[in-house]
Amino acid sequence: MLKQIEGSHAVAEVVAKCRPNVISAYPITPQTHIVEELANIVGQGKLDAEYVNVESEFSAASVVLGASAAGARAYSATTSQGLLLMSEVIYCIAGMRLPIVFTIANRAISAPLSIWNDQQDSMALRDSGWIQLHAEDNQEAADLHIQAFKIAEETNLPIMVCMDGFILTHAFEPVDTPDQKEVDNFLPPFRPTNIVDPRWPRGIGLFADPRFYMETRYILHRAMEKSEETIKKVSEDFKKAFGRDSGGFIKTYKLEAADVVIISMGSVVGTIKDLIDQLEEEGKKVGLLQICSYRPFPRKEIYNTLKDKMNIVVVEKSISLGRGGILASDVRWSFPRAEKKDRNISSFIAGLGGRNITKNDLRYMVEKVEKEPVELEFLGLNKELISEKDL
Amino acid sequence: MAKTYKKPEALSDQHTHYCPGCTHGVIHRLVAEVIDELGIRGRTVGIAPVGCAVLAYNYFTFDFQEAAHGRAPAVATGIKRVRPDLIVFTYQGDGDLASIGMGEIIHAANRGEKFTTIFVNNTVYGMTGGQMAPTTLPGQRTTTSPAGRDVEDVGMPFKIAELISGLQTPAYISRQTVLKPKYIVRGKKAIKKAFQYQMEGRCFSLVEFVSTCPTNWGMTPVESIQWAEENMLPYYQLGEFKTPE
Ligand SMILES: Cc1ncc(C[n+]2csc(CCOP(=O)(O)OP(=O)(O)O)c2C)c(N)n1
Ligand code: SF4
Repeated sequence: MLKQIEGSHAVAEVVAKCRPNVISAYPITPQTHIVEELANIVGQGKLDAEYVNVESEFSAASVVLGASAAGARAYSATTSQGLLLMSEVIYCIAGMRLPIVFTIANRAISAPLSIWNDQQDSMALRDSGWIQLHAEDNQEAADLHIQAFKIAEETNLPIMVCMDGFILTHAFEPVDTPDQKEVDNFLPPFRPTNIVDPRWPRGIGLFADPRFYMETRYILHRAMEKSEETIKKVSEDFKKAFGRDSGGFIKTYKLEAADVVIISMGSVVGTIKDLIDQLEEEGKKVGLLQICSYRPFPRKEIYNTLKDKMNIVVVEKSISLGRGGILASDVRWSFPRAEKKDRNISSFIAGLGGRNITKNDLRYMVEKVEKEPVELEFLGLNKELISEKDL
Repeated sequence: MAKTYKKPEALSDQHTHYCPGCTHGVIHRLVAEVIDELGIRGRTVGIAPVGCAVLAYNYFTFDFQEAAHGRAPAVATGIKRVRPDLIVFTYQGDGDLASIGMGEIIHAANRGEKFTTIFVNNTVYGMTGGQMAPTTLPGQRTTTSPAGRDVEDVGMPFKIAELISGLQTPAYISRQTVLKPKYIVRGKKAIKKAFQYQMEGRCFSLVEFVSTCPTNWGMTPVESIQWAEENMLPYYQLGEFKTPE
């Protein structure tokens, strides 16, 4: 049913319809409305689930780890400091191949303390063996959760559904939240394969000495690569079942004729599309490649789609300090070194700690890369706040 | 006309961001008065929590250090061990101290770290919108306990002053409140004692304050004070629980 609803509530409603057996979370802005609404839904008896209130994110992650290992469909949500506090367990969940789904309400990381949006938090855990899907808007955020449980359970890989904090979580938008029957038809009950149950004795996540450890990482890496097929298939099935194009690996916009291609992910994609339309009216051909699945990374798609594009610019809300754009590095690596040496891949860091990314900022970015490639630039940096001695 | 009452030097001129009727403001003032009276403003360092008091550094006129959520006692340990001459205190809510930071406070107290903790117990996570805390009373409704705290499910609320008093390490542990003027006077005395024990290098000291959060309790300031008196004081009894003597 299409209704005007806050992003967090849309996600909570949809997560509840995925019938998780166990939910455990610790509140943190801007994730709070999601877990409060879930507590409400469970409290009203509309969802038969264990809602476990715990003392920290570290425990929340461990509770869902245990629950999943015991065969439950398990869910949590967090962001920023909370996600970092969980990081030890995050790696364990992936290593144990437990198909848990998390919402990440993307937020900046301390210090300095910031509650506002960027994507540094999920980026910090990009190497952990979790699938990371990025939502463009609240419809997609809701839809991705239904897909996520299915992908996770088919691949035995955990999934972070990333949605920009405040920009999406706190925005009221029309969202079509499917009814219970539609979700049940799409998402079958969880049939766990990898559980602790005395009937089939096994240990999960045990000690692996140097003879075995590397192989577990190799297998996990291959599983991440292979999940590409499942992600694509589930998003196609979703489209058939719900009539909406949500998720998948990448999406493109006005790409074919584009002279300049912008690559990005998350909610800023909406602003980019608006700008592209505006520039089109002015006679400029700019296109978009949107990353939907950041992990596994759509390297081949990027290469195949952009083979003939010579002017690419990546704009992202995170940075590897001392190295530069993280997404930009991933994109640069998607093209074979020797091939087309004159291809330019520029890198812009934007929106850190909730700094607005305006159409004007993006227009400046496009105009700049039309003239020359940019190794690395911070978009919208206020140089007046920085003195010589800071540098 | 003579001035009989003035703002402590340790308090800044900033308007606080606290809600009307919130007890954080009164507790800040008491801490500031004590710091002035003990003449230690020039060598005091506060550790700000993550919680509504995260901006406490704006309201005091001495140095502040920010800590990750719950880690203030560990950060205070680091500072105090390097600079035992400084007067170090943490200022923490029940989410910060009794939930995510329970490990840090218990261990700092057990090691007998020579700093002071001001613990503001308002039964909810105020800053994040009033979710259930470890100190939420049985049956109390919060955004994550919409049907009221179910003690079968989450256990009874922690009595932090009693819990820490149970440790074998000598300490000064007191529970006070600022709900009425008579309590405020006693509350200030307890803060002063806590800082004095630290100045003498005697022991870890902690003063818990039974506090209010009118905003998240959905009450007026006056109602919240009545509610706290009627519901919190019988469970969170006031008094001195432990002295190092
Ligand atoms: C690791 C981590 N988890 C969660 C949060 C979100 N958070 C900020 S303040 C807070 C609770 C504060 O409650 P309390 O300590 O009781 O202080 P009050 O706001 O009531 O004064 C939480 C959970 C955070 N900042 N960091
Ligand atoms: S939310 Fe509660 S604890 Fe925070 S300032 Fe307002 S009344 Fe005080």
